[in-house]
Amino acid sequence: MAIIVTEKGLPVIVQGITGHQGSFHASQMKAFGTNIVGGVTPGKGGTSVNGIPVFDSVKDAVKETGAKASVVFVPAPYAPDAVIEAIDSGIKLIVIITEHIPFHDMTKLKLYAKLMGARIVGPNGPGITSVGIAKLGIMPNSIFKPGPIGVVSRSGTLTYEIVNTISEAGLGETTVIGIGGDQVVGTTMQEVVRMFQQDESTKAIVVVGEIGGTAEEETAEIIKKEVNKPVVAFIAGRYAPPGKRMGHAGAIITGNKGTAQSKINAFQEAGVKVASRPSEIPIFLRQKLQSH
Amino acid sequence: MVDLLEYEGKTIFKQYGIPVPKFLVVSDEKDIPDFNEKMVIKAQVPTGGRGKRGGVRIVNNKEEAIKAMKEIKNIDFDGYRAEKFILEKAYNVRKELYISVTLDRSSEMPVVLASAEGGVDINSVPQEKIYKKPINPFVGVTEYLKRELSKFLNLTPEQAQEMGKILSGLYNIYDRLDASLAEINPLGLTDNGLIALDSKITIEDDALFRHKDIPVRYFGLDEIEIEAKKKGLSFVKLEGDIGIIANGAGLNMATIDLIAQAGGKPANFFDLGGTDDPEKVIQAIELASKVTNKVLFINIFGGVTRCDTVARGVVQAINELKPKFKLVVRIRGANEEEGRKILLENKIESMLNLDEAVERVVKLAGE
Repeated sequence: MAIIVTEKGLPVIVQGITGHQGSFHASQMKAFGTNIVGGVTPGKGGTSVNGIPVFDSVKDAVKETGAKASVVFVPAPYAPDAVIEAIDSGIKLIVIITEHIPFHDMTKLKLYAKLMGARIVGPNGPGITSVGIAKLGIMPNSIFKPGPIGVVSRSGTLTYEIVNTISEAGLGETTVIGIGGDQVVGTTMQEVVRMFQQDESTKAIVVVGEIGGTAEEETAEIIKKEVNKPVVAFIAGRYAPPGKRMGHAGAIITGNKGTAQSKINAFQEAGVKVASRPSEIPIFLRQKLQSH
Repeated sequence: MVDLLEYEGKTIFKQYGIPVPKFLVVSDEKDIPDFNEKMVIKAQVPTGGRGKRGGVRIVNNKEEAIKAMKEIKNIDFDGYRAEKFILEKAYNVRKELYISVTLDRSSEMPVVLASAEGGVDINSVPQEKIYKKPINPFVGVTEYLKRELSKFLNLTPEQAQEMGKILSGLYNIYDRLDASLAEINPLGLTDNGLIALDSKITIEDDALFRHKDIPVRYFGLDEIEIEAKKKGLSFVKLEGDIGIIANGAGLNMATIDLIAQAGGKPANFFDLGGTDDPEKVIQAIELASKVTNKVLFINIFGGVTRCDTVARGVVQAINELKPKFKLVVRIRGANEEEGRKILLENKIESMLNLDEAVERVVKLAGE
């Protein structure tokens, strides 16, 4: 098993499939084994991208293909509309890759998705991969290995670095999820950690956090109270200056809030081993799994 | 983020029904009219703490106002000089309150924050003296919320009426202008009722595409940070001598941390982003070389950005720029073998292991 993406053969569409990123990653997802059944670009219906049929609307795509999930590559000014279209067409899982969606739109999209029983993953993240099941997003296909580790991260490439380290150490992953680097995200670190706790195949959890916000502190509270599986964390931004946005919209220390130290302290108090280098993560995981 | 100046914010306040003092915006002594009452002249600068530095003064007539303006023009506000000034009536303020609407990172919802202890940094006010309540964007500001807020602040029924309008106005500014902060501090309790004596409105960068009338500003940024921002690149200048280019914000931060932990001094944060264009890599190296003194560390985990693309860009940049600093390239992921081959053919050594690469960077920087 795995979390969120649990069904092999889950029919997936790509919104914005005719764009540069959309077409490339649609093919990559297919190569990974994801059941990409179609794409949507308004005005391009009836064409195809690398053999994948393109539809004018999500409604058409759902009608023709039975799609249940969508990966959104639509540029930021149009992405919120694309997400609402997907929700209104009955899509229940929407992975948003797009960066720079205003957080005001995300606040409303998140509430709307909740109202309609849909889940959003992202935006501004690499998506979600359940190893051996499907990949919805842009993570490199080559870094995964089936195994017992669940990974949740606020970052993209740092996640690849860490997953690669875990795989090379011979451990492997169940599900890897990048929740996105924005201030408002569809699926939170807290929710994912709870899901990993419930998932039988996940034996240990890796949390990759960074400066800004309070997600790590709140996750640490949950771990303290509800999680009995081993958890290893990594926090990026220990040497980041306050008041500066470090690439991600959400990665900013405001006043004395959101520092790496505050997050490290919270995790350590919750019994989580905090790695200071990515390469320490598999070492800590092995120690924890053996003593568990 | 764009921080609006006080007069810009107050102009917006007026449009949204928030009472502000009648004010004039002046920039030259000939703009100052004759007057004979207690007024205040305020430097329009984007930095905090302007009052403490003499940027806000009480004046009683034209001559005093001109003198004050001249003096304020000579004050350095964190490298910024006042070019514009607000001249407005000085109210007899009985009490200073605080109110703002902002995004709460924890609940991921807009919240109203208010306190009877205004006029100071809200972060220094104890939690129990701050009213904090989420506003659901599908519902907006409710009447009961207004009542609750006014009760917390101990307002009279008349003041509560005004407060309700102010809260609605602030929330509408937050919502319609995509503000991350709409703040009145202090909100003056005067003989003429509640009046916004200052304004702070911050607009989100990501939403500027739908607010073409908002001026793009680069307050508080270093020259090189401005250059990067104009090109759509994410660059933060640090104090050290080791230049860093990495792809992705998280990997960048982690690279800085690893270098610093190993005793090195990172010169910058620089996200190459996802690209398959060697030209972008060349541009990035050019920019990073401006802050690099000893070693430039390029750390790439290939995905969208392929290692061979990076290698081609690196080779070309090194041939063109002929830099004096040393270079350490660490590439992993998509097309790493091809990338390493291209680098090797051009006598540029590359590394695969991150820890080893960091060790080498710090060693070279120490030589």
